Amino acid sequence: MELTLSILLGFMIIGALFALHAKDLLSAVIAAGIVGYSLVICFLLLKAPDLAIVQIVVETITLIIMVAVVLDSTREELNVKIDTQQIINMSLAFIFMLVLIFFFIQAIETLNPFGEHSLRMASAYVGETAAKTGSANLVTGVLFDFRGYDTLGEATILFTAAIGVLTILRIKGKK
Amino acid sequence: MSLIVKKVAQLITGFIFLYGLYIIVHGHLTPGGGFAGGAIIAGAYILQILAFGKAPLLLVKKETGSSISESLAILLFLMMAVAGFFIGTKVFFNNFLPVGKIGELVSAGAIPIYNILIGIEVAAALLTIFLALIIYKEEIEE
Amino acid sequence: MIVYVLCFILFLVGLYGLITRRNLIKIVISLSIMEFSIFIFLVLIGYIDGGIAPIITEQVINPTYVDPLPQAMVLTAIVIGLATTAMLMAIAIRLYRKYKTFDIREIKNLKG
Repeated sequence: MELTLSILLGFMIIGALFALHAKDLLSAVIAAGIVGYSLVICFLLLKAPDLAIVQIVVETITLIIMVAVVLDSTREELNVKIDTQQIINMSLAFIFMLVLIFFFIQAIETLNPFGEHSLRMASAYVGETAAKTGSANLVTGVLFDFRGYDTLGEATILFTAAIGVLTILRIKGKK
Repeated sequence: MSLIVKKVAQLITGFIFLYGLYIIVHGHLTPGGGFAGGAIIAGAYILQILAFGKAPLLLVKKETGSSISESLAILLFLMMAVAGFFIGTKVFFNNFLPVGKIGELVSAGAIPIYNILIGIEVAAALLTIFLALIIYKEEIEE
Repeated sequence: MIVYVLCFILFLVGLYGLITRRNLIKIVISLSIMEFSIFIFLVLIGYIDGGIAPIITEQVINPTYVDPLPQAMVLTAIVIGLATTAMLMAIAIRLYRKYKTFDIREIKNLKG
């Protein structure tokens, strides 16, 4: 199990590195789609079927939008010039990575080994969801009854995104 | 698009819509729920638009149909949540319909109704985003 | 423990792409890659060896369920990620229509 997940994650890292260094924009978008679809297989191996259905449909819709935007414009990327601004950018990225690695090493010592979860909070949820809400799907019962505010916030965000897209594309700019 | 794509899109779109509706309604018994089913229904509409082109759509100048249904769905969701204030134990988001037996279709209180409303809202929001970005993207001259 | 380290490396790859790339589409792709690494990290924390998917059926006696709480959080986060990507794409279309390029250095030098 851990070996299969490690191979899939390594595949995603290689796909992500290729997506950032591709010369053609269409190849970069398709490589980003590979990362999203490998995530679906990882969700199925980790026994989360709800997430797999949502991720595969959302990834397809994202790919359709990105390919339509890229095909409508120039597809070339200019060569990366190594000048002073680029060197400053890369050293800044390196410094940020070192800071994050330092905090990550301190945090990973407090995690349980993979596969042994102590279920401190969820033991109450798993025991009571069937009796209090009456739904057989535990994730839906938690999402709509115990944590209903999060669902309300998410519906509001999706509504605001639809209105925001309409507003950004319709305002007439200055000449 | 070629003739094969148009014929296959005509045959399959009904089945995709029915599958999305099945996943929404059985959200409390099998994996799925409102978000997955809503995204699948939006996918059925997007397949029809991509296969048959945008010439039949450009007769209307704006996308008002999907925008109105999205607003109505989230308004009904809020009204159902506020209705929990007045019935039973007076808290927001109260589950006020009877709970029933686990495993039946009519059970789990108000959760199926929430699933259907969220499904309509997600499908209409995704369809509005797709239409605004790809089909109707010209600026409106005032 | 090596799966946690690989998730973190994916996050660092996204962060590197966000800071050093000049093309607007690649910046959007890097943000999306960073979000994917967080999704898989949250679901990895809640996994139990030998557990089953969190749905109650009558076929298994005395089951151990996988933790359902991180799955509910990631379900919300996936849809929010789609909303963010759609809005960034709308801004990219608007910028391309005005300046005819996706390069952020040229857009900063032109200044409308």
